[in-house]
Amino acid sequence: MTLPLVWFILVAATFTIYFFLEGFDFGVDLLRPFLARNEAQRKALIGTIGPFWDGNEVWVILAAGAIFAAFPTWYGALLTSMYPLFALILLALIGRGVAFEFRAQVDDRRWRVFWDVTSFVGSLLPAFLWGVIMANMVRGLPLAAAGRYVGGSFDFFDAFSILGGLATLALFVLHGATFLLLRLHTGTELHTRAHRAALTWGAFATVLVLGFVYLGFVRDELFRSFGLSSWLFPAGAAVNLALVWLALTLRRDRLSFIATSLTILFSTATIFLSLYPNVLPSTLDPSFNLTIQNSASAPYTLRLMSWVGLIFLPLVIGYQAWNYYVFRQRVKEDAGGLGHGY
Amino acid sequence: MTELFGFSTLDLSRFQFATTSIFHYFFVPFTVGFALIIAIFQTIAYRTQSPRMENLTRFFGHLFFINFAVGVVTGIVQEFQFGMNWSVFSNFVGNIFGVPLALEVLMAFFLESTFLGLWWFGRDRLPRWATLASIWIVALGTSISAFWIIIANAWMQHPVGYTIQNGQAVMTDFWAVVFNPKGLEWFAHLWTGSLTVGAFFVLAVSAYHLRRKHETDAFLVSFKVALVVALAGSAGVILAGHEQGQSAVRDQPMKYAAFSALWDTPTGKGMPESLVAFPSNSQGRNTFELSVPYVGSLLAFNNFSSQAKGLHELQAESVRKYGPGNYIPYVWPVYWAFRIMVGLGGVMLLTALYFAWRWRAGKLADPGRLYPLLLAMPLAPHLANFSGWIATEMGRQPWVVQGLLRTGDAVSSLRPLPVLLSLAAFWVVYLLLIGLDVYLLTRTARAGMHAPDVEAQGMPAPHYLPEGGTL
Repeated sequence: MTLPLVWFILVAATFTIYFFLEGFDFGVDLLRPFLARNEAQRKALIGTIGPFWDGNEVWVILAAGAIFAAFPTWYGALLTSMYPLFALILLALIGRGVAFEFRAQVDDRRWRVFWDVTSFVGSLLPAFLWGVIMANMVRGLPLAAAGRYVGGSFDFFDAFSILGGLATLALFVLHGATFLLLRLHTGTELHTRAHRAALTWGAFATVLVLGFVYLGFVRDELFRSFGLSSWLFPAGAAVNLALVWLALTLRRDRLSFIATSLTILFSTATIFLSLYPNVLPSTLDPSFNLTIQNSASAPYTLRLMSWVGLIFLPLVIGYQAWNYYVFRQRVKEDAGGLGHGY
Repeated sequence: MTELFGFSTLDLSRFQFATTSIFHYFFVPFTVGFALIIAIFQTIAYRTQSPRMENLTRFFGHLFFINFAVGVVTGIVQEFQFGMNWSVFSNFVGNIFGVPLALEVLMAFFLESTFLGLWWFGRDRLPRWATLASIWIVALGTSISAFWIIIANAWMQHPVGYTIQNGQAVMTDFWAVVFNPKGLEWFAHLWTGSLTVGAFFVLAVSAYHLRRKHETDAFLVSFKVALVVALAGSAGVILAGHEQGQSAVRDQPMKYAAFSALWDTPTGKGMPESLVAFPSNSQGRNTFELSVPYVGSLLAFNNFSSQAKGLHELQAESVRKYGPGNYIPYVWPVYWAFRIMVGLGGVMLLTALYFAWRWRAGKLADPGRLYPLLLAMPLAPHLANFSGWIATEMGRQPWVVQGLLRTGDAVSSLRPLPVLLSLAAFWVVYLLLIGLDVYLLTRTARAGMHAPDVEAQGMPAPHYLPEGGTL
């Protein structure tokens, strides 16, 4: 296995972890207005992700940093070509990041509503746009030589990419719902509502994800480039979506969360596997494709980065896991979740 | 490249980058310096087991949190901007520049975000030593983060440990990049400068409450700690700055000449330093100048005889080396920004010395006439930082990577409209954020400590409560 390939896998893994982690905190945010009926419930819902969301978000910074260092050409071409989408994601993440912090600072209903709306939109946009970006990445963009984007600003949106966006959105909401099943006290009103939301969004997610894969497979012949096991990963995603249903029906909270996590893992893997050996294909001419090999950094940098990753990634995963362990207790509504001190 | 309202994609991208960097930099040094001070408070609380100190730590921690959030979100924009607006640059330097950036995330961002949460939310779940360790890890993380970003920036100003292959700068020696002498000097300058940002903020808040006679014992402790940090920071930032000036003469002589508005290489003995000058790029001279003899040599070389090269001579050298073009930066903003920075450094040191003298005289607790000055002082280090970045970044134009890549060649091939729209959106959001940040900081800082002394009643660990906080 060559070093650029190792780093391609690591980038894919970083995105997978990011979607897995921030997927549920986006989801909790998106469900909040629908599940919470009063301020105590809103606080409880914020409390379920309070100590985690910030650390989750760092994974996207790492994903970007890893692409920058390991695939500089990819980094420039990706971010420049989908400039408006990334600008929107950044604005959304700004609003969302401060919303958690600022919301609790002033005891005023309108103030809180303002930040609730901000964090809702701040979660909605990235949850949708990451799907659009991934779909565009897989399908390819009108790239000229050296990864120069020659399309228009609205070329990012077509049936396939919009379906991709809706699929990630629904998947994240479902993931957020199953996360809440783990984090909220069982038998409470909130827990029941989260369960119902999981069932509803499980249905949406199943239809949308399967529709996305169907369009990609059948109409656009996209997910075919990975040889023998071309069906394996989409099938994995499908099996897990089915498993979510089973787990929800049997009221096995942990299993349902594992199932949504695996769905996200398999879906992200499908995206990156179908990219291989490209990182950003050109729709104009295959010779303009950015590939793993032609956009990678030199071996020295990649070796160095591998050592850095080898040392620090386990450490990061270790203390983040410990963080989840420390705050493992289910959140109570009356105590205002983990929001104390704010 | 087309234009929009007379602005090219290059102009807009430069403006957007400056906006993001400067805005981000209102918060970064704050977290670096402030985290360290809070860690010291937490240590005092840990050792004295004083609930009052615990509350003080909590109070300042609350202020820290408000700032931290804005710092994080603006940092994400900073990183993505390299690829979005400067894809040629990203492609050219990614092999090298991307590494410290990735290291920053792995070694610092994860630490900060995880352990800050553990420190704040985890105090009733973790042993006391772990809470203390958490805040020190946060403080360490903020400094590590600053270190890597400065190493990345230093490489752009003074490239080392690389070769050029297929139009990309390729790393040949990681340790040369890490131990870039420029980077270490700048880190010293930036880190001590960050101490002043945190320190003068804590001084201002403490002075306000000392004057109000609110929790005097606790705020006297915070005042003293911040004063020591302010002294060390302002003395350190001046010393490190002096070193930097001297190395700029050697490594970035054009920038140094712009700092001093030195158009012609001095003739005769020694080099003067201008006190006031009105530089004009179009005329290639200063339209007004007031200078002192020999001081320039003293500042730049520690003697009275050496001379630096003037802008005109350096321009001729650059043309010989890099081909035709204008290599002289826009002098007046560089010159004045540099002077504002230096002047504010002096003001900070004098202020810290004055209060140190009062402390020695045993008069710290009685609010003197100069206390109102302290309420304005948090602005000083911010303005100094702002000016410093203007001076150092405008001073190296037209280069984005000194001698290797010009700013004009580094920009993405974007149409101006999306850049203008994103620029406008970022401005709106940033202005809103800075307004909210100042509002919330002032509000929370003025409210003071409100923690109920619940520990005595056998309640869970005391949590500092902001005014009006309904929990």
